[in-house]
Amino acid sequence: MIEIEAYNDNEIHFIAVKGDVDASSSIHLDEAMTKAHEEEQATKIVVDCTELAYISSAGLGVFMSYIDDFKAKGIKMVLFGLSEKVFNVFQILGLDQLLTIVETKEQATEKVNEL
Amino acid sequence: MISGKGLIRITVVFAIICWLGLLFSDLFLLFAEFNQVNAGITKEIPILFLDLFFVFVFINYRLRVQKAESINFIDLLWRVFSTGLVASLVQMVVGLIFYLLSSNKLLQNPLAINFFYHINLAVIVLFLISTFIVWKRLILYQKNRRLQLFWKFFEYILLASILFNFFQDNAPIWMFRGILGVLFLTGFILSFNLKWIAYLNFKQKWRSILLLALVLLYLWYFINNLFTFSQEFDLAVDLLDNVFVLAISAFIIVYAIISLLVIIFNLPTSSVFEQKISEVLNFQRLSQSIQIGHNEEQVYEILLESSVNAVFATSAWLELYDEEGKIIKTYKSAIEDNTIIQVRKSIEDSKLKKYLDHKELGIVNPNKLTAALKDPDFASVLMFPLTIQERKIGLLVLLKDVSDGFNKEMADIINSFVNQACISIENFELLSEALENERYREELKIAKRVQKSLLPSKMARTDDFEMSAFSESADEVGGDYYDYYQIDEHKTAVIIGDVSGKGSSAAFHMSQMKGIFHSLVQLNLNPKDFLVRANKALSMCLEKTSFITGAFYTIDTNHQSITFSRAGHCPALYFDQNKKEARYFQNKGMGLGMVRNDSYENYIEINEIKYNAGDILILYTDGIVEAKNANGNEFGYDALQEVIQQNYEQSPDKIRDEIIKKLYAFSDTDDINDDYTLLIIKFS
Repeated sequence: MIEIEAYNDNEIHFIAVKGDVDASSSIHLDEAMTKAHEEEQATKIVVDCTELAYISSAGLGVFMSYIDDFKAKGIKMVLFGLSEKVFNVFQILGLDQLLTIVETKEQATEKVNEL
Repeated sequence: MISGKGLIRITVVFAIICWLGLLFSDLFLLFAEFNQVNAGITKEIPILFLDLFFVFVFINYRLRVQKAESINFIDLLWRVFSTGLVASLVQMVVGLIFYLLSSNKLLQNPLAINFFYHINLAVIVLFLISTFIVWKRLILYQKNRRLQLFWKFFEYILLASILFNFFQDNAPIWMFRGILGVLFLTGFILSFNLKWIAYLNFKQKWRSILLLALVLLYLWYFINNLFTFSQEFDLAVDLLDNVFVLAISAFIIVYAIISLLVIIFNLPTSSVFEQKISEVLNFQRLSQSIQIGHNEEQVYEILLESSVNAVFATSAWLELYDEEGKIIKTYKSAIEDNTIIQVRKSIEDSKLKKYLDHKELGIVNPNKLTAALKDPDFASVLMFPLTIQERKIGLLVLLKDVSDGFNKEMADIINSFVNQACISIENFELLSEALENERYREELKIAKRVQKSLLPSKMARTDDFEMSAFSESADEVGGDYYDYYQIDEHKTAVIIGDVSGKGSSAAFHMSQMKGIFHSLVQLNLNPKDFLVRANKALSMCLEKTSFITGAFYTIDTNHQSITFSRAGHCPALYFDQNKKEARYFQNKGMGLGMVRNDSYENYIEINEIKYNAGDILILYTDGIVEAKNANGNEFGYDALQEVIQQNYEQSPDKIRDEIIKKLYAFSDTDDINDDYTLLIIKFS
C-alpha cells in the first residue's frame, strides 16, 4: 500500500511517500511528481521518505525518469529521511549519485533553497 | 401383430357387420311377429348386435382420435363438427324421404320405418361416440393422476352400462335411473376440466364458440329426431331407452354447454393471457438467443421487437454507446431518423432529460422512467438504460401517441426484458473474454518457453570452475537475465542482469539485453567498457522509467583472476576459501539506462581479484534478498551469506539447491513476488 501526501510550504512543494512503492503503486508516485511540476509549477520539490518502507525497481525508475527533466527545467529536488534499507537500495543502483539525498527535513529545506 | 391402421379397418368392418346384423335381426323379428310365426331367434340377438356395434365404434374412435397434446383443439372440434354435419345430412335425407312419401303406403310399413330408423341410429351413435372420445381428449389435456383414475372409472361404468339393455326389461325403473344418475353426476363433475380453453387465443376462442354451438344444435336436432320416431312409430329398438346412449348424450351436452360458457366468459381476458404468453416466450427468446449461436445484434433486435409488442408502443428505438458514450448503432421500430432527433429534443424538455446521455446513474427505479411528452407525434415515453457491469451500454426508448400510455406493469416487463438482454449480452461478452484470455494464456505460455530458451540451457563445467544456475519468474515471463560466453581458451565472460519492473515489458528488455551481451562480448572488452557501451545501446531503446541493473565478470583462468564491473546490480557475494569467509563486494556502479549520456563512464569502476581453488562467486538478483515472508520480513543479505558459510564445501549444484530450499522455506509460498535468479561459480 502506498499513501502520498502533497503540500506546499514556503514555496517548497513537499511530497510525503508512505508505505510500499512497487510496480503497481509506483504509478501514484509518478502522478504526484507530474502534478508537482505541471500543475503546481513547483521549482523546489522535497520528497519526504521517512515513512517509505520499501521501494522496488519500478519506484526507483520513477525518480530516475524525472532527473533529466527537472535538470532541464531548473527544478530542484531533494529527498530526505530514507531508512537505511531504502537508502541501500538507492545506493546499490547508484541513484544516490544522481539525486540529492539528505537525512532531515531541515537539511532538505536548506539544500533545496541553496541548490 | 396387427398395425394400428389394420385394427381401425377391422373395427370398421366389424361395426358394419354388427349394424347389418342388428338391422336384419330386428327386421326379421318384426316380420316374424307380423306373420305370427316363430322367428327362430330370440330378441337378445339384436341387442347383442347393438351392443357390439357400440363397442366396435367405440374402439374405432379411440384408435382414431389422437391425443390433444399432439393436435390442436380447433382441429378436434372441427372433427366433431364435420361428423355432426354428415350425421345431420343423413338424417335430413331420411327426413326428406319421410316427408315426400308421407302419404305413400310404404311408410305405413313398420319394416320400412325401422329400416330408416336404423340408419339414423347408426349415424347418431357414430356422432355421439366420436364426440365422446374428443371430449375425453379435451378433459384429459394436462391430466393428473387423480383425474385419470376418475376418468377411467367413468369410462368403464359407461361401457359397462352398454350391457344393461340385456336385463332392462326385467330390471326395476329405479335401477335404470340410478345408473343414469351416477353416470350423469360423474360426467358433470368431469366436465369442469377445461384447461385446454386457457390455451386458445382470441380467434380460436371465437371459432370454438361457433363449433360448440353447432354441436349443441346437432344434438338438439338428433334428440328431437329420436323423440319424433319414438312417439310416432312402433320401434324395434329405441335409443331413448338405452342407458348408454342417454348417458353419453347428457355428458356431451353438459360438457359442450360448460365449455361454451367458460369460453364466452374467458373471451374478454384472453388478450391479456395471450399477452402474458407472448411475454414469457419473448423472455425465453431473449435468454436463449445467445446460446444458440446468435450474436449480440440479434439480442438487441429481439429486445426492441419484444418490448414494442409487450407495451403496444407506437414507435421505438434502441441506441447503443461505445466506451466514450458515442452512439454507435441505433435499432429503429416504426420511426425515422429525423423523428428521433425531434423526439430527443422533446425528451430534453421532460423530466427524463438526465437519462438521455450515456452518463452513469446507478440503480434506477423502473417506475420513474416514464413521462408525458410535448411532441407533435408522441404523447408519452418510456425509457430504459441498458447497463452491463455498471457501464451504460445503451438506451431503449418506447413511444406512444396517447398520453399516460405506459403503466407500472409495462415498466416492470420492459425492465425484466432489458435486464435479461443485458445478462445475455454480458454472458456473451464474458464468453468472448474467456476465449480471448485463453488465447492470451496460450501466448504467454509460448512467451515463457521462448524466454526460457534465451537463458543458457547448460552451464559451463571446466577444469577451472563449475557453474550452476537457477531462475524463476514471478509472472509467466520475467526480467532477469544471466548468461556466459567463452571468449577464448582462458577467458569466460559472465553476465547477470535485472530489468526494472516485471512481466512482459521487462521480458522484452531482457531479450534486448541478451542481444547486446552477445554482440558486445565478442569484442573482448574490459568489463567497464562493456557496460559503458551497453548503456549507450540501451539508452536508445529503454523507455524513460526503465533501467537495467547488471554486472559483468571476466574470468581469466590463466591469471586466475576475475575482472568485474557493476552497473547498479546487487553486490556479488564472494567466498574466500583461505579466510573461510563470505563477503559482499563493495564497489561503485550505476544502473544501465539511468544516465543516458557520456558521463555514464564516470560512475563505473573496474575491479579485479585473484581467486583460489575452492573460492565461490555467488551472483543473484534482488528478488532473492528481498523475498518476503508472511510477516513482511526480507530474506536478506545475512541469510544468503550464512547459507554459503555453511555449505561452501558442497558442489555448486548442492549450494544452489540449498539456497533455493532455504529461500522457499523462508517465504513459505510458491507464489513469488519478484523474479529469482541465482548463479554460482565455484573455482577448482
